[in-house]
This record gives sequence, C-alpha cells and structure tokens, in this order.
Amino acid sequence: MLIYLNENPLEIKTGFRLDELRQQYKANADLMLVNGHPVNSDHELNDGDHVILIQRGEQPSAEDLEVLMMARHTPGVHQQIKHARVGIAGAGGLGSQVAIALARVGIGQLDIADFDVVEPSNLNRQQYFIDQIGMPKVSALRDNLQRINPITKINIYNQKVTTENIGDFFSEVDILVEAFDAADQKALLTNCFLGNFPDKFLVAASGVAGYETSNSIRTTQITDHFYLCGDGVTAAEPGCGLMAPRVGIVAHHQANAVLRLLLNKSPE
Amino acid sequence: MKLIINGEVKNYQEGLTVQQLLEKLNLSPERVVVELNRTILSQDVQTHTELKSEDTIELVQFVGGG
Repeated sequence: MLIYLNENPLEIKTGFRLDELRQQYKANADLMLVNGHPVNSDHELNDGDHVILIQRGEQPSAEDLEVLMMARHTPGVHQQIKHARVGIAGAGGLGSQVAIALARVGIGQLDIADFDVVEPSNLNRQQYFIDQIGMPKVSALRDNLQRINPITKINIYNQKVTTENIGDFFSEVDILVEAFDAADQKALLTNCFLGNFPDKFLVAASGVAGYETSNSIRTTQITDHFYLCGDGVTAAEPGCGLMAPRVGIVAHHQANAVLRLLLNKSPE
Repeated sequence: MKLIINGEVKNYQEGLTVQQLLEKLNLSPERVVVELNRTILSQDVQTHTELKSEDTIELVQFVGGG
C-alpha cells in the first residue's frame, strides 16, 4: 500500500506500523504526525496516510522545511493555496497581521503596498519591532515574513495606493485585502477595485476600534465578490483607540475569509 | 417607487438620484460603497444616476480604523 512520508510517496507492506516506520526512516524523531494530528502511540498504518516525522530542535533542510511547517494543516489545504496570490493594501494593524497569518498558512505570493514608516504608536497593534522604527513598513514586514516562512514570495510597493496605480499593484492577485485606516480611503479602494476587477474578490474591514465585545465582530457578504469583516460601527475617533486584540480579531477574520475563498468555501 | 436597499423594501419618490438617496439616509458619499443592480457605482457616477422602481441597492458606509 501507498503512504506519504514527509509528503513523499512510499510503498509499504500491509500491517506496517508507525514505530517501524520511525525506526527505519528517522529513528531520532520524537514528534510524529499522522494526517495533520500528533500521535503518541504506535499503530498500524493505513493506505493513503500522511506521516510526518520531526526531531524537536533540529533545523530542517530547505527541502523539508515546507512540508514540516505545514504538518499541522488540515490535510489537503496547503496544496490548494500554495500557488495563490493575495494582495494586501495597507501594512498597519490589519495588514501586518493578515500578512503574517497568510504567510504562516503558506500562501504562494503576497503583494503588499503601503507608503508609511514604522513609528512608536504603531507598536500597540502592528506586527513590528522596536528596532524597526523608521523603516518603511513594507520592508520591515517583508523581513519579518521571510523569517516566518521563506517560501512565500513577497512583493512590496513602498507607495501610496491611488485610483491610478491600483492596477499596477493588484491586477494579478486572486483576492485583495483592504487594510487601510481612514474610512474614505477604504471606500475609495473598494469602489475602485471592485469597479475595475469585477471578477476578483475583495475582503475589507470596518469597525475594529476600542475594546467592545469580540462577539460583535462578524464576516458578512455584501455583494458577490465583496466581504466585510468587523462590527461595522465602532470607529477610531477621539476617546476610542485602536488596540492589538480587537484589530487582530478582525485581521484574522479577513485572513480566514481569504483562506475560505481560496478553498471555494463561503466566508460568511 | 419601490427600492430594495440592503435587502429591505423601501418607498421613495420618483426621480431620486443615488446622491439624493445617500443624503436622505445621512450617509457620506466619500465613505460609502454603492452597488446598484450588482454593479459598483463610482462616486462621480452616483451624483447623476437616477433610480428606478425595483432597483436593488447595497450600501455600506465604512468607519475608520485599522
């Protein structure tokens, strides 16, 4: 029968056991995953099983890294998203966190545009570090993403997105994530992208501020190709700030909406 | 005339433009996305687009923060 060891096909005899496999192929492995789930006890392997053998603390080879990083994915997911291309307009509280989630999950390529630099008031919610203050956000984010997953290809544009240049940055993406701060910029991007690319998906955010309950945050389908994440009403304004937990929840709603769209599931 | 706005049926006078509808609903055009009969309307088009009975409109007003 046929199994997959670190995603490589391997013919084994019927009745072959997990521990025999480990002894034969990676005797030092102290973490075994079968079909995306860690397994502690020995058992007979079944036809079609996906087995990953990991030795804790060992730096994997470049060839093994991708397989080992995705070992906890739901089986089949990574194959379906590894060639996807996702745009992210804005690299602030939403965009930096969406980018990290999508890089961790192994999206093929991210195209990220932002004109700003990292400054101290960003650090309460954005995925940057003290020693990155002053760097263009897109450069800092690319560095951070490459430390997380060097396999995801990152394209950066250190420019303001306008109605004139939106096509230069995002005409090739499968899905665009709207991750701006200002309401008028969010509306402008949404109008422009959906107007110019009616067959592409847009996942936008509105209502991310404050520390209201997390449970008011939702993912809603507005039109065929337009999804909106957030509570829809809580604006950043004097007396109501932006903080990591709630902005992060909305960002991860957006990232999961992207993942679901790529897997042909409705995000709503 | 009858308009379907975000899934709800509403009655308005004939000849209303999209811009006038936004004013009536206290929505700010520069923060709004308007889809009319499954087509996104840019801001410059909204001002002179006249609505017809049975039109289906989806309206979203963004709030700031990100």
